Amino acid sequence: MDKITIEGTSKTPTIIFDSETGLLELKGRSIPENSIEFYKPVVESLDKYASDPKEKTSVNIHLEYFNTSSSKCILDLFKKLEAIHKTGKEVVINWYYEEDDEDMLEAGEDYQAIIKVPFKMIEVGD
Amino acid sequence: MLSFKGDITSELLTSMLQIMETKLENLDEQPKTRKKVCNVLVECLQNLYHHRDEMENAAANDETKKQAIFMISKNATEYNIMTGNFVKNDKMASLSTRIDKINAMNKEELKQHYQDVLSLEGFSEKGGGGLGFIDIARKSGQSLNYDFLKIDEDYSFFSLYIKIAQ
Repeated sequence: MDKITIEGTSKTPTIIFDSETGLLELKGRSIPENSIEFYKPVVESLDKYASDPKEKTSVNIHLEYFNTSSSKCILDLFKKLEAIHKTGKEVVINWYYEEDDEDMLEAGEDYQAIIKVPFKMIEVGD
Repeated sequence: MLSFKGDITSELLTSMLQIMETKLENLDEQPKTRKKVCNVLVECLQNLYHHRDEMENAAANDETKKQAIFMISKNATEYNIMTGNFVKNDKMASLSTRIDKINAMNKEELKQHYQDVLSLEGFSEKGGGGLGFIDIARKSGQSLNYDFLKIDEDYSFFSLYIKIAQ
């Protein structure tokens, strides 16, 4: 069983991935110079998980902001979720954004336009 | 608010961001603007940082060509960011084309362009994959001004000017 917990820093998000409960969570900011290296363990675990996923996979993205180098890695994660969704299993991506933060809302909409998985846009008050 | 000239390392980049975050907090800037400015700053600084790697190969025996400048200031209505770095003359045309294309787009077109580039396969090792300028243009909501100053037969100095409304 796979459970990943990565503590957040000033440049990288807190990441929790629990294959037992089907929960993936990203929280904080994601601005590392080398995002591919940072996201590698999560991408790999999700890859493994995709071969035998739970009936329901819940994803919580609660990012303050992220750089363009992370945006591609986040898309990679979402593509794997899309593949799971295609097999008929339930996948939900909860995209959290702070009140009035149009940039983060738009960032969520960008992924929503590319990835065929149900998105829930959730506004959070201060 | 902050300016720098020299070699952009990862540690330096982190310190500059921390300094700017503290300054923006002390200015009591709205969280929304604070995030926007930081986000654009990260893109600008990481552009310089990744570009340095490129120059390492191109100009291995010329330390000065790896240097860059960075400046951020603020007036009553906007933040101004300026970055400068050396580029090979043969990169000038493609760089201009890319930025001109972005500048000619409206908000909706930029959004579409960003999504198109994001969903393209085959990003560079660093992962940026040409999204940096598009993202800066989207977040700042303004055109990207730039110019090239010819240094010699091989190199020019590329300056980029970004405005972010408060």
